[in-house]
Amino acid sequence: MAKMHIDKSTPASEITKGGTIYQAGNAVEFKTGDWRSMCPVWIEEKCKQCGLCFPVCPDDAIPVNKETLNREDFNYDYCKGCGICSKACPFGAIEMREGGKI
Amino acid sequence: MSIRERLSGNEASAIAMKQINPDVVAAFPITPSTEIPQYFSTFVSNGQVDTEFIAVESEHSAMSSCIGAEAAGARAMTATSSNGLSYMWEMLYIASGSRLPIVLSLVNRAVSGPLNIHNDHSDAMGVRDAGWIMLFSENNQEAYDNLIMAHQIAENSNVMLPLMVCQDGFITSHSIENIELIEDDKVKEFVGTYKPEHYLLNPNEQIAVGPMDLQAYLFEHKYQQAEAMRNAKKVILDVADKFEKMTGRKYGFFEEYKLDDAEIAIVCMNSTAGTTKAVVDDLRAKGIKAGLLKLRVYRPFPVEEISKALSHLKAVAILDKTDSVNAAGGPLFEDVTSALYTQNVHIPAVNYVYGIGGRDTTTKDISKVFEDLQAIVADNSKIDNPYRYLGVRI
Ligand code: SF4
Ligand code: SF4
Repeated sequence: MAKMHIDKSTPASEITKGGTIYQAGNAVEFKTGDWRSMCPVWIEEKCKQCGLCFPVCPDDAIPVNKETLNREDFNYDYCKGCGICSKACPFGAIEMREGGKI
Repeated sequence: MSIRERLSGNEASAIAMKQINPDVVAAFPITPSTEIPQYFSTFVSNGQVDTEFIAVESEHSAMSSCIGAEAAGARAMTATSSNGLSYMWEMLYIASGSRLPIVLSLVNRAVSGPLNIHNDHSDAMGVRDAGWIMLFSENNQEAYDNLIMAHQIAENSNVMLPLMVCQDGFITSHSIENIELIEDDKVKEFVGTYKPEHYLLNPNEQIAVGPMDLQAYLFEHKYQQAEAMRNAKKVILDVADKFEKMTGRKYGFFEEYKLDDAEIAIVCMNSTAGTTKAVVDDLRAKGIKAGLLKLRVYRPFPVEEISKALSHLKAVAILDKTDSVNAAGGPLFEDVTSALYTQNVHIPAVNYVYGIGGRDTTTKDISKVFEDLQAIVADNSKIDNPYRYLGVRI
């Protein structure tokens, strides 16, 4: 029957019908960072921890420390390099660099 | 005891839907299928069904609503014709690709243009590769019976494909004929309750339907659909067996009418089969061994069975109520001849495109086809042009 972990070697007989996903919350397994063609760089010295960047990130790629509630460095596994955070930062603490590499 | 009635094909279909009592019906009116949702909405208003009736703004939305409902875990039905089906086209593939066993009553009508509201099969034939099971019906009784059998086929766990029941617009949909209805409680028991394995409204299992499916996966999912279509053959026959036990009415992939000892025969679908039977009877009375193969199950296409049933003929004519406009032959002709070829059955075969846009096809026309077949047999199976027309002014 249908397997929960499906990859590029799973045969048709074991894949879920119609591609239905039976386990919610598995987007975390899909690393979208390799789509990136621009790379945000966090300049910590300029950062005021105002908290304006992480709510606008479409992909949860700006981790927030649960205790201090401060942002931490980018999670490049998921950052697609869209640049929205950089536009939102009022203090120029996020620079966009050409190329996907960190 | 069954109930004897006299009903049009549309009324019969609406009554089948009433007895099935689906969770959701989403439909948009289009001639000649309009009466089906019209009658059905009356049943809803009268409290005779507990269906959620969605009066949508288009056929695209009708099929989309059925998809949403079916994915949620409900049983969803709709009805349409012609351009309505064309407008659903995109969503028909989503329905079959997402493996949602929606049931659609298709009242066949020419696809415009130029604008025509009468019967041919161009609507159905335009979606023949959409991954839907397709059943055809000679008359109101078969349109009704096919609908009663539909869910048991479509919802089978080895199938899980949407299904459409076709009948001829006006010729069948608006003609009142005798019919035997099955009692409500028997239909209820036969159709059963839909219990999908996975569905969106299940609070114990969070699922996502219709996700992105790129190079590494779509091919496997399409292969699964093809497998399901192959599996459907057995399920269709099993359900027909069960249906015969309940009603005494026998269904298979096709009906063979005086075919077993025939020398010449016609293959056709829907109401023209009735006309052909009358001609076969006439010819038999004159000692001419004529026969008919009336195809009921067009998708999945019964390749081995149809080839076997035709293999003894001296000549066969395949009638297409649509033109593929491809300078080669109509869709049924191509399916039948391809079946014959791959099954290594070599009999003279000709194609007639007929009845386009509701052009009347009479016993005289059908007699002409049989005359042509006799001429082919007399002339050592010589066929100058296999791609022919019946009843067009040239
Ligand atoms: S560049 Fe886009 S994806 Fe990456 S962290 Fe900024 S907002 Fe998020
Ligand atoms: S918006 Fe700029 S300043 Fe504010 S937290 Fe983000 S990086 Fe720091």
